[in-house]
Amino acid sequence: MGELKLMKGNEAFAEGAIRAGADAYFGYPITPQSEVLEYFMAEKPYERTGMVVLQAESEVAAINMVYGAASTGKRAMTSSSSPGISLKMEGISYMAGAELPGVILNVVRGGPGLGTIQPSQADYFQATKGGGHGDYRLIVLAPSSVQEMFDFVRLAFDLTFKYRNPVMLLSDGVIGQMMEKVLLADPIPRRTDEELIKECPWATTGKPKTRERNIITSLNLDSAVQEKHNIHLQEKYRKIEETEVRFEEFEVEDAEYLYVAYGSSARIAQKAVQLARAKGIKAGLIRLISLFPFPKQRIGELAGRVKGMLAIEMSAGQMVEDVRLAVNGKVPVDHYGRMGGMVPSPEEVVIALEKKYIGG
Amino acid sequence: MDEKLYNEIVAEENLVYKKTSLMTDKVLSYCPGCGHGTAHRIIMEVLDEMGLQEAAIGVAPVGCSVLAYEFMNIDMQQAAHGRAPALATGIKRTWPNKIVFTYQGDGDLAAIGTAETIHACNRGENIIIFFINNGIYGMTGGQMAPTTLPGMKSSTSPYGRDVVMMGHPLKITELVAHLPGTYFVTRQAVHTPANVRKTKKAVRMAFENQLNKKPGLSFIEIVSNCNSGWKMTPVQSNQWMVDNMFPYYPLGDIKVDGVLVSH
Repeated sequence: MGELKLMKGNEAFAEGAIRAGADAYFGYPITPQSEVLEYFMAEKPYERTGMVVLQAESEVAAINMVYGAASTGKRAMTSSSSPGISLKMEGISYMAGAELPGVILNVVRGGPGLGTIQPSQADYFQATKGGGHGDYRLIVLAPSSVQEMFDFVRLAFDLTFKYRNPVMLLSDGVIGQMMEKVLLADPIPRRTDEELIKECPWATTGKPKTRERNIITSLNLDSAVQEKHNIHLQEKYRKIEETEVRFEEFEVEDAEYLYVAYGSSARIAQKAVQLARAKGIKAGLIRLISLFPFPKQRIGELAGRVKGMLAIEMSAGQMVEDVRLAVNGKVPVDHYGRMGGMVPSPEEVVIALEKKYIGG
Repeated sequence: MDEKLYNEIVAEENLVYKKTSLMTDKVLSYCPGCGHGTAHRIIMEVLDEMGLQEAAIGVAPVGCSVLAYEFMNIDMQQAAHGRAPALATGIKRTWPNKIVFTYQGDGDLAAIGTAETIHACNRGENIIIFFINNGIYGMTGGQMAPTTLPGMKSSTSPYGRDVVMMGHPLKITELVAHLPGTYFVTRQAVHTPANVRKTKKAVRMAFENQLNKKPGLSFIEIVSNCNSGWKMTPVQSNQWMVDNMFPYYPLGDIKVDGVLVSH
């Protein structure tokens, strides 16, 4: 069975990729995620599993190297932090348009602009609403522990190939930098080229006489054809919304007030639930694991059982908009957040709940 | 023509030339008189003659040749503007035994994709970059390109390229030849049968380099005309190219087997 190891979140992500049978990683240094690239370079996965790693000349080049490898059916990935993810958005939009698999990690830091190197969750809109140009969605998963930085790489590769849609892990500077023990699952081997060709008949692996040529493109000059493609993409996103919703609940059964949070904010909110209950406030938490698809149905159900919801985010309030849509006015929904790299304390989060709903 | 006579003339034993099966039957989207079609055909003929259809993976750019994948009968990917060398890097690194090339224009390769071009060359990626230089953005309607000549008119340099205001034409081929990662760098043209033969020889050498895993990238510039963008007849445009483009972009090998041979 797996081994137990103390690791940083960024390192766990890299080790998770090697053990998930990833074929290639292309990256570029940026704080607070540079340990991903550093770990790969020190670990030499090309000797362990044959996995390719390369430091690109820019985030733009890195995501396009992912595009190239992904177009051949390889399990390719990249990582960055907020300003670098903005640069990758062009390539991500092309990947969504061309229906390519690929895993992208965003270890979010404060913005806008160069902002700060400290943790933030201010890239929620960018990750869940598209981010690049055109009507598209990424599958977005939010790890909230170092263990999940490891586990979610495997899940992300499964989902990205299942739907031929890029998957983003939306992490943050807390999860990327902190150290926790991780149970390292046993490695799964990389697919052989023969297995890949069988699994990905669409991939540009070289045209044999036995099939027509494969083309990877996001271009349709005929608007009617492009609209048909758009409709196909939207149908895929609906299917993802029906099938891939993931969340976790704490102390929800008898809760009168519900925190809604993801990532490191969910860890803080979980502690806040305990503190609030010690004060006699019946608080609960729904931790979102998939941000797209958003657990709107479950949040809508819970809205019928609680007196109010409080979204906890390290942003000016982004996810809270989706919570409000899901609640649809049934109960009050408010937001508490810190920005610019500031991380709220559990005590602060309890006080926020008291101020907004209990009048403390 | 009489059908019987026609069939007699085109009988198999009378055929001296036919289109390679590595070109599809799609009607080319290029303007009549443009050099792109010839360049496509040469590359596909060489792949065909070398038996590399199954090994080849091509990358099309943004520009006039954005639809190259419609005409080249091999597996192809279409890249974002300027990013083809990054795609090719991703392909070749994960499929080292495949034959990988990009096909790009001057705006794609020498303006928006400068970083990707230079770094793919500098890393010595074992790929081929085919670079069609016609000194203009053809597809978007004839705007100034990084390779537009001094004084040359375009829709965004309507009074001629003023190098003080707009900068100088970029000789990116000479630039990449000086990087240690390039193995073969040459500049050719396809406007006469003699030039077509020279270009084909260069294309063959580039594919042989890659097949034999020679250390470094092969870079082939083809100086071409854009009769539509230059607002000339095809014949005039070829003459203009000879008189104006070739003095600035002289034809010939620049680097062979990793050694600079001219410039």
